[in-house]
Amino acid sequence: MQKCELAIVGGGPAGLAAALKAREVGLEEIYLLERDNFLGGQLVKQTHQFFGSHKQFAGIRGIDIAEKFKDKLEDRPEIKALKGAVAQGYYEDDVLGYSYRDKFFKLKPEKTILATGASEKMLSFPNNDLPGIYGAGAVQTLMNQYGIVPGEKILMIGAGNIGLIVAYQLLQAGIEVKAVIEATGRIGGYAVHASKIRRAGIPILTYHTIKEARGNEEVEAVVIQQLDEDWQTVPGTEQEMAVDTICLAVGLTPKVDLAIQANCQMAYVAELGGDVPVRDKNLQTSNPRVYIAGDSAGIEEATAAILEGELAAAGAAADILPEGSAIDRERAEIKEKLADLRRGPVGEHIRRGLTRVRRNQNAGRDRYTRSWKS
Amino acid sequence: MRIKDHPILEFKRGEKITFSYNGKKISAYPGETIASALHAAGIRKLTHSQKHQRPRGFFCAIGNCSSCLMVVDGEPNVKTCVVEVQEDMVVEEQQGKGDLSAKV
Amino acid sequence: MLEETGIPEAGKVEASLPSWERLEQGPVAIFECFTEIPCDPCYYSCPIEAIEEFHDINDLPELDFDRCTGCGQCIANCPGLAIFVLDYNYSKEEGVVRVPYEYTPLPEEGEIVQALNRAGEVVGEARVEKVQNAERQDRTAVVWLAVSKEQVLTVRNFKRMED
Repeated sequence: MQKCELAIVGGGPAGLAAALKAREVGLEEIYLLERDNFLGGQLVKQTHQFFGSHKQFAGIRGIDIAEKFKDKLEDRPEIKALKGAVAQGYYEDDVLGYSYRDKFFKLKPEKTILATGASEKMLSFPNNDLPGIYGAGAVQTLMNQYGIVPGEKILMIGAGNIGLIVAYQLLQAGIEVKAVIEATGRIGGYAVHASKIRRAGIPILTYHTIKEARGNEEVEAVVIQQLDEDWQTVPGTEQEMAVDTICLAVGLTPKVDLAIQANCQMAYVAELGGDVPVRDKNLQTSNPRVYIAGDSAGIEEATAAILEGELAAAGAAADILPEGSAIDRERAEIKEKLADLRRGPVGEHIRRGLTRVRRNQNAGRDRYTRSWKS
Repeated sequence: MRIKDHPILEFKRGEKITFSYNGKKISAYPGETIASALHAAGIRKLTHSQKHQRPRGFFCAIGNCSSCLMVVDGEPNVKTCVVEVQEDMVVEEQQGKGDLSAKV
Repeated sequence: MLEETGIPEAGKVEASLPSWERLEQGPVAIFECFTEIPCDPCYYSCPIEAIEEFHDINDLPELDFDRCTGCGQCIANCPGLAIFVLDYNYSKEEGVVRVPYEYTPLPEEGEIVQALNRAGEVVGEARVEKVQNAERQDRTAVVWLAVSKEQVLTVRNFKRMED
């Protein structure tokens, strides 16, 4: 049985920030388990300059932020960052099982931070299983991580930040985006992202949805149609478009399997993307050994993930290290930065979601309650 | 098809390697995943669905959805979207749920 | 309208412009940044602090047009690529719009290109007067487009002749 002070599952922005902060405040036995062969999570595909605060990587491209984190890790042997380590389960006695290089290991951390990110949502429509229908993140992975052209003619579904940003990145890779369609009447992403692609000639069609995909072995065409304000299809508005790739940017769902296994009380909060662990202001879940950070705590974005990783690490460390006021001050500072980030109009749904989950107020029920839970 | 020029990224690909897919020789570069190398070769259909044999490709490309499972060097149910190509790897389309008895 | 189409309505655009006197005086930056999002790098990018300091990172940027010298350093620093420099009186006949550009290949100086408006529509031709792509711009190039004077207020992008 391996032991450590802190185990972090997930080496994306939240996990990396957590590991570095944990070391900074004095922890010395830190395991970082990353299932992929590279660190950085979604950062390694973000070619655009980040928003947020100048003090928090604003203006720097995501790919470069990942490099900065990785460089810092090099100098910190107290952080064991294992690439290719897949967490297999969080067991009843707070043991984290993981596989690494074809072996299975049992790790008993004093504290665990779950920073496992999110997975892409799917949309229901006829032939939605054809090759060539990808999540927007998948298209980003292909293009920006592996340098592969995902297709020649793309339809992007969803005008949130991800849909708009990936549409722009497709243009940068020299790929034609026929349109971005959005089911609601408004563009959900930042206006500046929308403006960038409009002036490049990509139409953004609000009140449009996909009716069906067409093709034999792969996507060959798509039929879109208009919706009214009540989400009803408008007959006679079908339009066929020749595309070979359909990109779904229709939302993300937090990946919370380990939190459920760890017996964390869950709540369904639509504003945060689905089922998430209930937690306090310090990101501690109902299992006192388990903290949650990043997209797995609630869908937001990278800057928030970084700050949450730091906050969770400070919280975990405060319980492990002997009494010290320095950590309290750290936590207050991090919370203030998170509040700054979330204060504006675009932070409204996050703030609402967080209020619901923290006080378990008006959050949907815990769909994972087991009868033997006390 | 691979991206050559990019305004932000530089793709340093290294020496070509080859692997086989259903008996055909496919070239790739170190660091590419099996699914992305197949994609670059124009192969987007990776498998068929269990019941209705509908063509299936990948979806999430990061190991979450299990849409991309293939047989790699005799081992079934390999997530080809996250496994890197190695020289002389044998990749085959999987039939059904995968034969675990064939695993070495 | 911005929320529905990604294109700011006329009123918003007008509000982002300085006075005619200032426009005619020399190059000046304009910020087509109309919604409150958490973002503040522009303030830190101005070498003479012509942008008002942010009290809250969600504030919209406020530029002191009279302090602004039109140096253009802010253009490449805006993550939203929402800053342009307008030089109405670049010459007797022409104005120049300096746009952020993150595509490849970069145009050649002297090249004639198709001028696009905010909706990506071709509204005429432009001549590429200058291309700036210094290392400190971190791969956001700035392209100077020479256009007719009236088009200084509408041209915000370009594409190649053969596209």
